[in-house]
Order: sequence, then structure tokens, then C-alpha cells
Amino acid sequence: MNKLHLLALLVIAAVLLGAPPLLKSYGIYLFSTWLVFVIATMGLNLTVGYAGQKSLGHAAFFGIGAYTVAILMQAGVSFWIGLPLAMLGCFVIGLGLGFPALRVQAIYLAFATLGFNTAVWLVMRNEEWLTGGTFGINNIARPSIFGFSLDASLAYYYFILAIALLMGGLLFGLLRSPWGKAFTALRDNPIRAESLGIHIQRYTLLAFAIGAVYAGVAGALFACLVQFIEPAPFTVGASIMMYLMVVVGGPGYFFGPLLGSAVGVLLPEWLRFAQAWYLFVFGTAVVLLMLWLPDGLLSLPDRLKARRQAREASAARTAAAARLGGVNS
Amino acid sequence: MSARPGLTPASAPGGPLLKVSGLKKTYGAIQAVDGVSFEVQPGEIFGVIGPNGSGKTTMFNSVLGQIEPDAGRIELNGEDITQLSPLQLNQRGVGRTFQTLQVFGRMSVRDNLIVAAQEHQGTLWSRMFAPGDSGLGDRADALIAQFRIQHVADKRAGELSYGQQKLVDIAMAFMSEPALVLLDEPCAGVNPSLVGGISRLLKELNQRPGLGGRASSFVVIEHNMDFVMELCHRILVMVEGRVLAIGTPAEIRGNKAVLDAYLGN
Repeated sequence: MNKLHLLALLVIAAVLLGAPPLLKSYGIYLFSTWLVFVIATMGLNLTVGYAGQKSLGHAAFFGIGAYTVAILMQAGVSFWIGLPLAMLGCFVIGLGLGFPALRVQAIYLAFATLGFNTAVWLVMRNEEWLTGGTFGINNIARPSIFGFSLDASLAYYYFILAIALLMGGLLFGLLRSPWGKAFTALRDNPIRAESLGIHIQRYTLLAFAIGAVYAGVAGALFACLVQFIEPAPFTVGASIMMYLMVVVGGPGYFFGPLLGSAVGVLLPEWLRFAQAWYLFVFGTAVVLLMLWLPDGLLSLPDRLKARRQAREASAARTAAAARLGGVNS
Repeated sequence: MSARPGLTPASAPGGPLLKVSGLKKTYGAIQAVDGVSFEVQPGEIFGVIGPNGSGKTTMFNSVLGQIEPDAGRIELNGEDITQLSPLQLNQRGVGRTFQTLQVFGRMSVRDNLIVAAQEHQGTLWSRMFAPGDSGLGDRADALIAQFRIQHVADKRAGELSYGQQKLVDIAMAFMSEPALVLLDEPCAGVNPSLVGGISRLLKELNQRPGLGGRASSFVVIEHNMDFVMELCHRILVMVEGRVLAIGTPAEIRGNKAVLDAYLGN
């Protein structure tokens, strides 16, 4: 890690720790929502960015996590039991969603996962006996930890921050283990990966299942953040938005979700000065970004480095040609 | 130029390492591979030559489980491997390279080599908690030194020149210390000055014990005739999906049918 990385991390840490106490409740809510989407898109970054599986069903797992915790808490079950059950449910269903990826890839896989998201959303909307249908589930309590209530917005924000750090740390370790290399090999060249003994079916399923667990955790935190859930935040549109966050941040870059979620959650709020035009401005900004930096915001340092190396190599060749010219003349 | 000294394949103890019998593969009306049979002995470097479209790569991919042959039997150390996948073949000690470059561009050279052997270490679950280099750092560094690419070891493979990537590509096939490696045109697109270096490396690696402690065997498809004649113990000549001749480089060079069909006068 160079000095620039360290400085960027310190600034981010200072903002995450120091800014929310200075904000009003809506600002704290926005920061909390940002972190919830950071957790969700960390998982999607694993599935899409590292393992190369085009998934447009991530919001379904976000919803499954939210509804599992909400339904169980309504039934009197503790959040601390509901959360691992939500994670387990998402892992198992994520494994199931991985199976189409063993047969189809690219846009076909995207459509298969999109169909899955639609099916899950229909269950959330139509099965009123379980999910409350379009009326949703309200009065979802916030958990307490070691007897300390997390009801207050700021306390709950710091709780989400702690979970985000924990999930980030686990993902960091996973990506640096041999599994991380296997996921990257699977993304870059599955045929070569298989010829090197990498069990591409297993790693494909695991990429979906682990990504789904991250969405499930984010969904559980989201349910307790907003304290009311209904099917709208879990549509295919939400999955596309999460995919956009990963792409904008930089797929396959560890800190991509942090930046991508900021663009997806915070930027529209900052653009509200444009009033009715704010979504237009947001859309145009995303189009320009994709044209200029198709590999996401975090690919910018790599691009600049590549340009500098190309300039240096060109200068070295010119100097060598001049020397040879001098010798020959 | 003379044939390489070494073992006499027919007299190698313990039977052939690879045995291909009556292999056939059809694409529509085209009989790409038409009853090909051959054996590769432990420690042998076995060349495959033939004009473009003679079925070399189809035969190769059939042996490697990449495509399913219509008929025939493939044995590795006496075990029928005809229906096995590339993954299962790798687990049995079969490595390969491809005709085109197949490195993982966003990984460093060292990581490319480590990922090429990591699945042979421990179990899936133990690898989740294993160090990033899977304990293969020293082996990767040794191979990097042998291939003389230390100066680019920490660079991303995708940033290297074609020749350097080709060396990484070949080195990856040897990281898991396989008993048999199939190399598909290792010299394709490579600067002529590097061809001699690849030949030297393959000879060195041929002497290194693979899985089971026996010398590694190679099957090499290549169009560079000097390279094949200088490197291989025996050569198979394929024309229109069939075996035209099998023999030592000297025998192939003196075979009139081969001269007429392929080498020319």
C-alpha cells in the first residue's frame, strides 16, 4: 500500500467515523443506506467483478434477507437468530441460482437471474399471508447488542459501520486466499482455469452463494434501518442499480463498491439542487463515465499509470534510436 | 541435425504413458480425425506435425477432454480416460498449453504460476484459509528463474510482450509438475531468437520428474520443422485426419511419403 492509498483510507475512515454526528437524522439515514448498499455490492462485486458471473438478481437476495428478518422478528424471534437464518437462506438459494450459470453465460445468464428476481418479487407482492403483500411489514424493531439499544439513528449507523467493516475484512481475506485467485481465473478464462484443475462449477456456485449472503446481510440491516418493508425496493430495477454501482466503482476492485454505492445512493441526493432535472443529470454523468472509464472510477490510477509507462517506453525508444543513429553516423 | 538421444520408446518398462487407439471425430461431412492410433512412452517427447487442417488440434482436444471423440479409446497409464473432462485429466497429472495465449491478464506473473498449481494443494475448504501463495511461492520463483522472466515476475501478465506471455503460458503448464504435457504450437508467433530458448527449456523440463517420480513426457504440435526435429524423440505425421507415418526424426526425414505429402523436396 502506497502513501496515496493510505491517505485515501484515512480520509474515508475520518468521514465514516466523524461526519455522521455532525449531520441531521436524514443525513445519518443517507450514510446508513450508503453502507447497507456497500455491503450488498461487496457481494455483487465478488459475483460479477471477481468471478465474472453476470447477475441481475441481487436485489432478490437483498429482499430475502430483509423479509426473513422482518417476518421472524414479527414472530418474536430475535434479530440475532434471524440474521444467521437470513444468511443461510441466501446461501442456499444463491447456490441454486448458480446452477443456470453452469449452463449459460453473459447476457443469457443475466436474463436467467433477472427472471429469478422477478419471481421472488412476485412472491413478496402476492403472498400477503407471509409478506403482507403491497402493504408490507411495518414496525420492524431495531436490535440491541449486549443490552445496548440500537434504536437511535446514530447508534444504528455505527452498528452498520461495524458490520460493514467485518464483512469487508472477511471478503478481503477471502480474496487474498487461493479462492480469490480461483475466482479471478474463472472470470478471465474459464477454459484455461479448468485445464489447470480449477473446479469451475464449484467456484461458480460459491461466487453466487457468497455474494447472496452479503446481499442477505445488507437486506436484514436495511429492514431494521427503514423499519418498514414492501416489495418496491427489491425489483429488477434495484438489481440493475446495484449492478451499476459495481460497474461505476470498478468491478474487481476491492474498494469499488464503496465508491459505486456513493454514486448510486449519495450522488442523486447531492444533485437535488437540479430539482426535476436531477435524474437527467445523474444519467448523463453515468453515460459519460462509462464512455471515459468503462472499467469504473477505480481504474483511473491504473489508466494513468499505463499512460505514464507508455510515455516512458516511447521516450526510451527515442533515446535508444538517437544513440544508435549517433553510433552509425 | 540428428535425432535426440534418449530412451528407446518401445523398450520403456511399464507400458506406455499415453495410448490412443482408433480415435475418430467428424464435423458434419468432414472427417477431422480418422482412426488415429499412437503411444507415448514415459519420458518421451513426441512430436505431431501435419499441414493445416490435418486434424492435429482436433486430435489434441479429443485427448484432452475438450471435445468428445466419436470413436476410439484413450488410456493414461492403462486407465481409460476417454470420457474424462479437462479438470479430471489435470487431476491425473495432464497439463496443456493452447494454440493462442491463455494467461490471466490481470494477475501478476507469479500469481499466474501459483494459480496453475494451487488446486493440487489441500482441499477446497483448506484452501479457503490457506496463504495466498498456497505454499507454492518457492516453486513459482524457481520456474520463473528457469524461464528467465524474473524481471517481470510482479508485473501483470497482460502487460507483457507476446513472447514473454508465451513463456508464462508454457511455465503455467509445468507448475503442477505433471507427468504428461500437451503443447499446442509453443513457438507460434514467437520471435525466432526465442525458439531456441523454448527448446532448451523443454529439454530441461523433460528431465524433471513429474507426478509419480517418472520423467515428464510431452506431446508437441508444431509447424517449426527445425524445432520439432531437434526436440522430439519420435514424430507422428498427420495428413487429412490420418496417421501417415510415425518414427524418429531421421526416419521421418527419410520417409518418401512424408516428403511428398508434407515436407516437399
